[in-house]
Amino acid sequence: MKEQLQRDFDNIVKDLSLSQKDIEIKKFCLDNFIIKGFPNRKEEDWKFSDLNQIIKKNIGELSFYSDYTFTNKVDTSVFVDGLEHNKIVFVNGRIEKIDFDYEKKNQIEIVDQSQIINEFNNSLSDLNSAFTNKSFKILVKKGYQLSKPLIIYHTTNSKIWSKNINLRLDFELDKNSSLRIIDLFNDTSEKNFFNIFYNFDLKENAILKNYKIDRLENKNIKYSFNNIEQEKNSNSETFILSSGSNFFKNEINCNLKGEHSSAFVNGIFSLKNDQHHEIRTIINHLTENTKSYQLIKSVLEGRSRAVYQGKIFVSSDAQKTDGYQLSKAILLNKESEFNAKPELEIYADDVKCSHGSASGSLNDDSIFYLMSRGLSYQQSRELLINGFLLDVVEKITDSEIKNLVKNMIGIKE
Amino acid sequence: MDNRQKEIDNLKDYKYGFSTDIENIQAPKGLNENIIKFISKIKKEPKWMLQFRLKAFERFKVLNEPNWQKPKYPKIDYQDLYYYSAPKSVKDKPKSLDELDPKLLETYKKLGIPLQEQARLNGIAVDAVFDSVSVATTFKEELTKHGIIFCPISEAIQNHPDLVKKYLGSVIPTSDHFFATLNSAVFTDGSFVYIPEGVRCPMELSTYFRINASNTGQFERTLIIADKGSYVSYLEGCTAPMRDENQLHAANVELIALDDAEIKYSTVQNWYPGDKDGKGGIYNFVTKRGLCKGKNSKISWTQVETGSAITWKYPSCILKGDNSVGEFYSIAITNNYQKADTGTKMIHLGKNTKSKIISKGISAGNSDMTYRGLVDISSKADNSTNYTQCDSLLMGNKCGAHTVPYIKNKNSESNIAHEATTSKISEEQLHYCQQRGLNPEEAVGLIVNGFCKEVLQQLPMEFAVEAQKLVGISLEGSVG
Repeated sequence: MKEQLQRDFDNIVKDLSLSQKDIEIKKFCLDNFIIKGFPNRKEEDWKFSDLNQIIKKNIGELSFYSDYTFTNKVDTSVFVDGLEHNKIVFVNGRIEKIDFDYEKKNQIEIVDQSQIINEFNNSLSDLNSAFTNKSFKILVKKGYQLSKPLIIYHTTNSKIWSKNINLRLDFELDKNSSLRIIDLFNDTSEKNFFNIFYNFDLKENAILKNYKIDRLENKNIKYSFNNIEQEKNSNSETFILSSGSNFFKNEINCNLKGEHSSAFVNGIFSLKNDQHHEIRTIINHLTENTKSYQLIKSVLEGRSRAVYQGKIFVSSDAQKTDGYQLSKAILLNKESEFNAKPELEIYADDVKCSHGSASGSLNDDSIFYLMSRGLSYQQSRELLINGFLLDVVEKITDSEIKNLVKNMIGIKE
Repeated sequence: MDNRQKEIDNLKDYKYGFSTDIENIQAPKGLNENIIKFISKIKKEPKWMLQFRLKAFERFKVLNEPNWQKPKYPKIDYQDLYYYSAPKSVKDKPKSLDELDPKLLETYKKLGIPLQEQARLNGIAVDAVFDSVSVATTFKEELTKHGIIFCPISEAIQNHPDLVKKYLGSVIPTSDHFFATLNSAVFTDGSFVYIPEGVRCPMELSTYFRINASNTGQFERTLIIADKGSYVSYLEGCTAPMRDENQLHAANVELIALDDAEIKYSTVQNWYPGDKDGKGGIYNFVTKRGLCKGKNSKISWTQVETGSAITWKYPSCILKGDNSVGEFYSIAITNNYQKADTGTKMIHLGKNTKSKIISKGISAGNSDMTYRGLVDISSKADNSTNYTQCDSLLMGNKCGAHTVPYIKNKNSESNIAHEATTSKISEEQLHYCQQRGLNPEEAVGLIVNGFCKEVLQQLPMEFAVEAQKLVGISLEGSVG
């Protein structure tokens, strides 16, 4: 893999016109990655999902270079109907379109970042920094609230195969601003590894609503890391629908740095066959009067496997913290598997923190109840599962997007 | 008021912090094959036992000390420890209690062990371990009548080699982790219990361990076998003298329950926790594992952890037999600079297996406490259930309380439920108690005892009283 990395790296550098300093930083990250490699189960964070093995088994040899010198055609048929929205379109990892047509022009600034930042100290962020071709920063100006949501399309087509795609986006929400994002995966390609890093900077009173949707069935492997920095009174809401890819690990790292800031993370795993998905959250309560809430529900069929690792950290300064975490799973097949590691690390005494985790099969009594009222087994099962998942969908605070998600999952009310 | 203050002052200091002046026989410092051969020879062990030890030592040499735990400690120099230490006067074993060194008896008296009359009154059979050699075993006759074997493990190796050979290392193999393997190589003594088929042990068995000689690592090995349909309740209590340096305690405890058998294992651990500034104290790195081998068997661990500078242990149950049950009840209290990383593992292999975990953690001062547990339901363990509850109580903002549960469910017909909470003592409760004339410390003691009630109830009577007092003593000085 080492020679491949070196070769692909040289090609990337050739394509991009970078300053000497940037090349050096990229080189440094590459060297770091070569030493560390893909994370494996020996690392605590990857205990339940051995990425190294997963890539070996599903993809084999990866190539890290993609030719970004020509443009891809944007397939407009994938765009979401019935919801006016702004767009960022990635096709095979290349940014093809950034479009904020519905917003006031001077309120949003798009900065092409030449500078490479690598503040997350793990091997995948090294890989990302070494190979990203372009990274943008989107600034929402003070007091501006976007009128329409932003949908980030990740589309791929069969042109790419066994490729590693690295993406990076930065968002800064200035005071009193707000942004809604739908991170939508539409891939028809196979056997590629996506490595995605987003960084969100929320200033005072900013509101972020971040909906990550991976629904269409595909054979790709994905890793997504979202870092959210929150100042006073800011609010972040993350919703994850984890369902389509072969493997997907969503990582949410949230730093509650300002008083009265709050973070919500809600997620659904709906998996079948040999799918293996993971959500890992770290909520750091760093100051007084902060709040976090997490709810993760899974429905597992076939030989699928879901992993939830959630951590609430409360520093000794963070008195009056309110932290809650709940994960529930329904195992529909004997061979499905649910692993959880809900973790509390608490150094302050005046806090309210709790977590709960439960997993098991569908309740026989409930099935009996419904069947005795004339429903078939299949109908009863569906009704119960829908009800189970609806709980999480109802947590979505944006009604437009809530309906969109309901339609996608096929929940009828 | 003066008297009460004095009493509290007395209690504040470690009650068992005396050391006894008795001549010791010690093997030279260090860890090598010769030391192991020396230990084996002095204990007149058969050849297979020496092989067992050497095999473990071979394995130990290639193992690395684990470092994933939360409490970090300075590196231990394993070559700077004594691996064998025995009171000299026991070399020629006394035939009855009267022949014992009076100083020894005095030590036990200070510890409050009911060795003679007390033993009779309390109906407890005691196998006291002084440093590494078991010095006296009472109630032997009564037990022999039922066919129960309760003796030091070194004696069992001589007299019941078949049983020991069959079961020793069957739950904790010689190839296990670092500290367990170290124990397999150098263990010096411990208790052996065999309860024959269908026998309900008429009394509670008890061992009191005591680390006396300084710079000695204590490595006991306990093996309890409950044959078909039998029942035994086993108590373990621990104390150690006050010393400035840290001492290592790495014991192995193996429990085996055959069909329909039940083992109840209770520990009140009151090793020396170090002084107020975190100097000295015991490193308690113990491996405890129970195997529910037969159908309908049950193993229940109850622990009260108040001592040790660092506690690092996970009493576990392997539920192999169908319908077997595993239980874990724990209270862990850390104060001053104590650290604990403790919890349990419940490994469900058989059908219809059930496990229950109740863990209560209390941290005060500058201490740090972690509950770390594993619940693993394998794909064959149909219709199994687990219930876990871990609650933490924090006093002050210099201490930490952490919960790290690992939950693995590979069986759709099984249910796992886990709950955890972290909170502090409510002002209202404190106010209520104080209003009724309790001082703040008494009030805290009362509330904490209430918080721990579910676990304290599981302890046998004699232990419950001691444990309740311990809870109070351990938290002295943590309020106000």
